[in-house]
Amino acid sequence: MNNSLYIYLLLLGDNSLILGHRLSELCGHGPNLETDIALTNHSLDLYGQVRSYYQYAAEVKGEGTEDSIAFLRNERQYYNVLLIEQPNSDFAHVICRQFLWDAYHLPLMRSLMKSKDDQISAIATKSEKEASYHLRFSSEWMRRLGDGTEESHAKLQAAFDHLYPYSFELFKETEIEKEMKENGIGANLSLIQTEWKKTTESVFEEANLKLPDTPPALTKGKQGIHTEAMGFILAELQYMQRAYPTMEW
Amino acid sequence: MTQKEISLEEQFQARIDRGESIEPKDWMPEKYRKTHIRQISQHAHSEVVGMLPEGNWITRTPNLRRKVGLLAKVQDEAGHGLYLYSAAETLGISRDEMFEQLHTGKAKYSSIFNYPTLSWADIGTIGWLVDGAAIINQVMLTRTSFGPYARAMVRICKEESFHQRQGYEIMIGLSHGTPEQKEMAQDALNRFWWPSLMMFGPKDDESPNTEMSVKWKIKRKTNDELRQQFIDITIPQAEYLGLTVPDPDLKWNEERGHYDFGAIDWDEFWQVVKGNGPCNKERLAARNKAWDEGAWVRDAALAHAEKKASKNVSKVA
Ligand SMILES: [Fe+2]
Ligand SMILES: [Fe+2]
Repeated sequence: MNNSLYIYLLLLGDNSLILGHRLSELCGHGPNLETDIALTNHSLDLYGQVRSYYQYAAEVKGEGTEDSIAFLRNERQYYNVLLIEQPNSDFAHVICRQFLWDAYHLPLMRSLMKSKDDQISAIATKSEKEASYHLRFSSEWMRRLGDGTEESHAKLQAAFDHLYPYSFELFKETEIEKEMKENGIGANLSLIQTEWKKTTESVFEEANLKLPDTPPALTKGKQGIHTEAMGFILAELQYMQRAYPTMEW
Repeated sequence: MTQKEISLEEQFQARIDRGESIEPKDWMPEKYRKTHIRQISQHAHSEVVGMLPEGNWITRTPNLRRKVGLLAKVQDEAGHGLYLYSAAETLGISRDEMFEQLHTGKAKYSSIFNYPTLSWADIGTIGWLVDGAAIINQVMLTRTSFGPYARAMVRICKEESFHQRQGYEIMIGLSHGTPEQKEMAQDALNRFWWPSLMMFGPKDDESPNTEMSVKWKIKRKTNDELRQQFIDITIPQAEYLGLTVPDPDLKWNEERGHYDFGAIDWDEFWQVVKGNGPCNKERLAARNKAWDEGAWVRDAALAHAEKKASKNVSKVA
């Protein structure tokens, strides 16, 4: 089995899984019906991506299924970035987390559309449309909250101060990502970062956000070292598979 | 009432009797307007509150396929809420006013959503029984006299039957599964059977609204007729699953061509309607929390839109 490719697929899929989970927690609790429906749509898109990545990962590994990969790993075997697992503290955190990630996800998908791996390229082609819609949605909300009222601006700035330092992990290349880049399967994260900066800087400006002067967060999500929140995410996510092992649903 | 009003009302009734659809701008008796605002908004509230018990299992679905199915279903219910609020708005009430009525406990919603979802099988059971019962009520409403309501129902019914099939399919999986899964399915049926029968409302002789409702084609069948129809459809489905409906008096009556069934606990029904069900307080609290915590977000969106609009105006000028 190609272990590097397998881990690379998890690096891609786990972000969608955990962000999809965070968004799914909000279903039925949004500020109005329209945003509730939109964020549930995001979550559905992300789970669609998760299934494609994990089905392919199971094929690469030669064992397991999308579900054993999604539900039956231990915490240290999930490789999502820490930005993604940050809690839904309020709507500003939800939007800001989404925006910081969308602005990375879209150029990532555009780059992976050219991957030498046909399946990754096919998944990226499908996800690109979704990512582009998600980025439009979160940018609009960044502007709305940043420009709307004093309160909304203060809340967005607070969310931004908290989340921005986590965004650097997206571009911190791991050994696997380096290997995948070099053999034409993976993306070049420094190019993605350039795109990310372009997109985000103009929106930060329109939303009147001040860059926090804190250094990049100390993050090892891609190495499977998570925040304390992750254990609780997995406790819910894995509940049925752990309580009723090996059953069909 | 003046002579003129009487004749307007007669003409109005004649239109309904001819099967014409009443549109928002048409003349209508005040009572017709009020009744429809009440019924449609209650229906909308039921869709929205109904998202909560099923939403309770979204983060804990047993696999990814079920995750996507449940998310999509709960999202559909939000969409149903939207269509229905829009239909009610055509009668001169705002969505905010309707929410206000819901959040203060003034407006009702379907009592079934005041029961808790305690296991994954409850999600299957709700799809099977609750969406199933909703379809029986709603198919009738696709031909109701008020146009926007009838049209909303046509769209909604298509999705509800999908929900019902999805729920029943979950139940088929469980009832063909391990003993633990079968037990989970049976337990869910035990808890949801009677509350599902209560969804059709009080018995006919205790249901004061029925006469007017029949006249305006909001109702084409009585509560008891609909309940009977539901039972007759559902029992063979339960038998196919190998599950037992928790009613020792249930048996086929050859002469009537229907199932006979045991007495419904109407005390429980009224308790839940009056706010003392197992989850009434939690459901209202959850709706209020989402609404209150969303206030600054809605304000921000409004303020931003106004600023943008005034910028556009000054550009034009
Ligand atoms: Fe519905
Ligand atoms: Fe439904």
